[in-house]
Formats: sequence, C-alpha cells, structure tokens
Amino acid sequence: MKTHFDAPLGDSLMLVPARVHEAQGRARRAFALFQAARTTGVLVWIVAAHIPELPFLGALPSGVNERLHIFRPTGETDLLWAVEETLRAPAVGLVIAEPQQSLSLTAGRRLQLAAEAGQTRGLMLIRNEAGSNAAETRWVCEAVPGVGQDSTLQRWALSKNKKGTTGSWVLNWNGTSSAFNLVSEARERHEQAPSPG
Amino acid sequence: MARRLLSIWFPKLASDTSRRRRPVEGAFALVLRAGNLDHLHCLNKEAEIRGLRQGMSLADARAICPELQTRPADLPSEKAALESLRRWASRYSPMIATEGVDGLVADISGVAHLFGGEEDLRADLDARLARADVTAVTAVAGTRGAAHALVRHGGGIVPEGKLAEGIGHLPVSALRIDHATADGLARVGLPLIANLIDLPRAPLSRRFGPGLVLRLDQALGVQPESVSAEPEPPHFGVRMTLPEPIGLQSDVMAGLARLLDRLCSKLALHHMGARRVQLELRRVDRATAKVEIGLARPMRDSTRIAALFAKGVDQVDAGFGIDCLRLSATLVEPMPPEQTGGGPALKADDALADLLSSVGNRLGFDRVLRMIPADSQIPEKSFQLVPAIYSAAEPAGPRRVAPRPITIFPPEMVLDTVGQRPGTPPARFRWRAMWFSTLRAQGPERITPEWWFDDPAWRSGMRDYWRVETQEGPRLWLFHTPQSPGWHVAGEFV
Repeated sequence: MKTHFDAPLGDSLMLVPARVHEAQGRARRAFALFQAARTTGVLVWIVAAHIPELPFLGALPSGVNERLHIFRPTGETDLLWAVEETLRAPAVGLVIAEPQQSLSLTAGRRLQLAAEAGQTRGLMLIRNEAGSNAAETRWVCEAVPGVGQDSTLQRWALSKNKKGTTGSWVLNWNGTSSAFNLVSEARERHEQAPSPG
Repeated sequence: MARRLLSIWFPKLASDTSRRRRPVEGAFALVLRAGNLDHLHCLNKEAEIRGLRQGMSLADARAICPELQTRPADLPSEKAALESLRRWASRYSPMIATEGVDGLVADISGVAHLFGGEEDLRADLDARLARADVTAVTAVAGTRGAAHALVRHGGGIVPEGKLAEGIGHLPVSALRIDHATADGLARVGLPLIANLIDLPRAPLSRRFGPGLVLRLDQALGVQPESVSAEPEPPHFGVRMTLPEPIGLQSDVMAGLARLLDRLCSKLALHHMGARRVQLELRRVDRATAKVEIGLARPMRDSTRIAALFAKGVDQVDAGFGIDCLRLSATLVEPMPPEQTGGGPALKADDALADLLSSVGNRLGFDRVLRMIPADSQIPEKSFQLVPAIYSAAEPAGPRRVAPRPITIFPPEMVLDTVGQRPGTPPARFRWRAMWFSTLRAQGPERITPEWWFDDPAWRSGMRDYWRVETQEGPRLWLFHTPQSPGWHVAGEFV
C-alpha cells in the first residue's frame, strides 16, 4: 500500500476543482454523498429515469438536501447532454451523474472541457471499468465490514490520478456530515513482537 | 351634443350559452340549487310556452312539463359569455360596460351615423345576435336609466327630447328600484312613471327615500349617469408581418429578437414575467409551426429567453418561407421590478434558473426535480420528487433515531435464505446474484401500512425493518413481512 503524506489527508480526498472525476464500486454513491457534503454550491444528481435507486432524503448528510437537484433523463444521449450542460453552468458546485454505458474518450474529453468552461466539479458514478481515459481521478469505493455496531468503514482507493499519486484509505464516515475518522489498517507483522515484561 | 345610450338585455343568456355549447331540442332549463331547493335559473322559449317560469321549483316544473330537460347552471361560464359579448359589442362603441349579470350598456353618442342611423344600428345589432342564436332585446334612449327601463319592457328607441313621453307608459318597477318601493307606489295609486314625473320631489323623497328620486332623475336626465368602460386585461402577444418571406434561421432569430424586445417591455410595463412563451411561425402556404418554451421562473430578459428558442427554431421546416411571426406569453406571473446589478447571490440564482430552463426545455420540466420532505411514516412516501421550477427547497425535518439508508429502491425479493431463526434475519441470503452473510443485525423497526390509503406495494402487511451488516461489506436495509413471510431488500446504508 502506498500513501503519500505530503498533503493533509482531507486534501487528498478532495476532488480537484474544474475537472471530471470517476468513481466505481458498490459504495460509489456513498462516496458521491461524501463529496457532496464537502462541496459548496448547487448539487445536481443526474440519473436515468429507469434507474430505481434514489438518494433517500431523510438520511442525506446535513445541508445536502436543500441544494440537491435531480435530473432524470430518459436516454444515454440526453443524460450526457444534461451532464455537459450542467457542467458548463457556473451556478453549479458539483455534478454527480450515473452513465449506464461506458464513456468514450470523446465523451470524457468533452465533459472535461465543459467542466473547465464552467469551473464545476463533475463526478461520474460508472460501472466497473466503464470509465474514460480522460478522467482526472478514478476512485474504487467499497464498503468494509465494521468492527463495531457504529463503525461504517469505507475503503476508498484512488486507482488513477493524473496530477498526483494514487493511494488507498480506509476510513470511518457515518454519513451525517463531512467529518470522518481515518482508520489505520491492520497488517501482517513481519518483525518480532516485543517480549512482554 | 345629446348623449345617446344603447342598452342590450340578454333575457336567456344562460340557457343560450348552454345550448350553444351542446344543442338540445324541446323544453330546456338550467337548474340552480339554493339552500336545499332546486329551482329554474333560466329556461328557453319552449319551456316558457309550456307555462314554466323562472324561479319556479324544479319539482313543480317537472309536474307541469314531465319531458323538461335540465342541466346544472354554470355561473362562471355565464359571466364569461357576457364578457365575450361585451368585447364583441365594442364594435358599436368603445364605451361599453356590463350591467348586472345579463345586460350591456354602451354610450353611442356620435357613433350611430357610422351605421346609418340609430334604427339601422339597432337592426344590425339585432340581426347579428339573431344569427348567433342569442336572444336579445335592445333599446336606445337619451339616458342610461331610460334605456334600461325600456329594454326590460320590449325595447325600442326614444327620440331625442322625448324622454318623458318615451318611458312614461312604463311601470315604476322599470326604474331600478326595489320591490317594496314599487309595491308602495302602486298602493298609493302611482303605478306608472308618468304619474311620478309631475309630482313634487320633496314629499316623494320623504315617503319613499332618496333612492327613488335619484333613479327617476337619472332616467329623465336631470341627474347625470355615465358609462365607464372596464379596462381590458393586458394581452401579452406581439406579431410581425413581413413583406417578403424569410427562411434562414438567423433571420427568424433576428425577427424573434425584435418581437421579444417588444414583449418584454410590455411585460415590464405591467410588472409581469413570462413563464411560458410561444412563437408561431406562419408559412406562405398558411401552415403554422409552433415553438414553445418554458422558463424556470418568471422572466422578462429578452436575450436569455431568445437563447432558449434556438433549438426549437432550428427544427422548424420553413417550407417556401415564413411571412408572419407571432409571439405570445401564454403563462405569466407577477414579477415586481428588481434592482439591477444585484449581488452575487442574485447572479447565482439567475444562472441556476437559466440552467433549469435549458435542461427542462430539452428533458421536460417533469424530469428536472427537487426533493421535498413529505408527512408520512412510510419510507417511500417520506419524501416527494417535485418539479424544481414550481417548488422551493425545504429543509428536511429532524433526523430520525431509527437508521435510514442513503439509497432507497423498490423492494427486491431475497431469493434464497439460509439459517433463519424466527425473529432474526437469515444468516446467509442471496440478492442480485450474490451471496451475503449476516455479520450484525440491528432491528427490528416495525412500520405498519397507512390504513387510510390503500397502497398496492404495502398489501403484504406490516414490515419489520432490519439494518443488516454483511461480511462482504454492504450494509443493507432488509425487511420481513410477517403476514406473508418473505425477506426483501429496500435500501443500502453508508
């Protein structure tokens, strides 16, 4: 496992502004909500109309539901158009979208240009390995079984990073605010244990 | 110049309106319910010939005329019909107003010669109304009171300077006075207006009140009474007719920009903002193409509205060319003037409204949504997705003590369950083609369906919700329906 300690951890988990990022894995929606709680400004969640999963209003992190807008386009073309249009709008802080098909390089590049034009962050919740090479970062998000009743552990691994190093973090985020606890990962010990006494 | 007043009375306005909408043969009446008694509100000529009268109770009318056809009276549509008749009748005079619920009064001073004199004007009006199958009585007189009195008693024309002779033969009840006064006058032997004209005013006023004298003097022209035309509601539509047909998109957009400037200044004048704007393009071959856009909030900024039309105009088939553009705001809302400039917050609001408008015009405004909390214990109904442009953000209520998932979806059946003891979640289960082992379970939280609302999804009865942590990682929201045993997954936690 490789972790860089140059920057504080909070900054490592912060998405670079004016770029489009990707998240995959089962717990990608939790990652998206974590990012939503950490950004300011209007939030737009673009999800195709036939997808049954919706954010549940009563459990969103505090301050998210007032800012959240949900667009439900009917087709993939409309979805990508809506993402591009929203990224271009200067009023929006974070655009979260769930494309159903793999993003082509052209589509990914267009979204990056739109994000730069509107100075907006984008986060694509992609299916596994359905991302585009134009993404700024790609996160693999999985839930980790907790050790206690109230521990909700997440493993967020940065598998692609255009402007920095990759890494993997296990942290405890309970979904109510943008605060989190870093959890030191258990590892196999190679050195000898100190003798007791 | 002497004033001339035209009065029009529609004695069967309600039944004429109703019959125009849906023709009917034979005796027909509209029925209005007052208290708990149905009585005849308005009836047609056949019904009157059969001996029915207005105000008669429906039971009596049915006894007299068993084949009477009835419909419930519709007072708002009656009012709208009178209003449209008023607009039509403004062809005879600009000064026209409604009088009561079934009459019009117009000031036609200096207008009659345009129609060839008062007789011809009245004949023209009667002929047009008869062709439209609207029963009407018309009268022309030198005062409003006299015209009103005459129109209720057969109509006609009172020549200039002959007011007293013209209305003298009418009963006093024609003077717009109440029943008690009219009865009182008849009892003292003054049944006609002619009896009143020569009487001294002071004793009359002392005995019957100042109202009678006022009405009498108004009818005779001693007291002035004017007709005030009602203001027309503003119409937010502009159009442009072109000498040569155009076909280029840029030309249409240039024409649209000019129309929008005019429309927006009109909206600004009335402190209104457009919510829907429609552009009609009439082609040389008389076909019409329509482009309609919606706006996320009331707006009258021409450049921002024009940008939304670009896509719709692009798809219009110009054919041999377009020679008429018509732009109308089909839905307007009040929009008070705002201070220009504004702060950054106002600019962000504008930018967001622009985004919602452009996205809504392509996806449909029912797909641009916002979540607002709803008052229900049922998880699926504890929030609502509502169109963002017709709602404001609401803060969610206080966080519940019971755990709630961050994503929710319609319940999905758990296919195989292994190692289940009564009252606890299964030790192993299969969901979405994957096996999960229960590591920890928290619950149950029992939610019962709302008995006052039959929801098909909740026919299986009450549900026991569990938060189940799995060894594989996902923390799922399972529920068990004890009344029809089975396990379902309904959501996923953080």
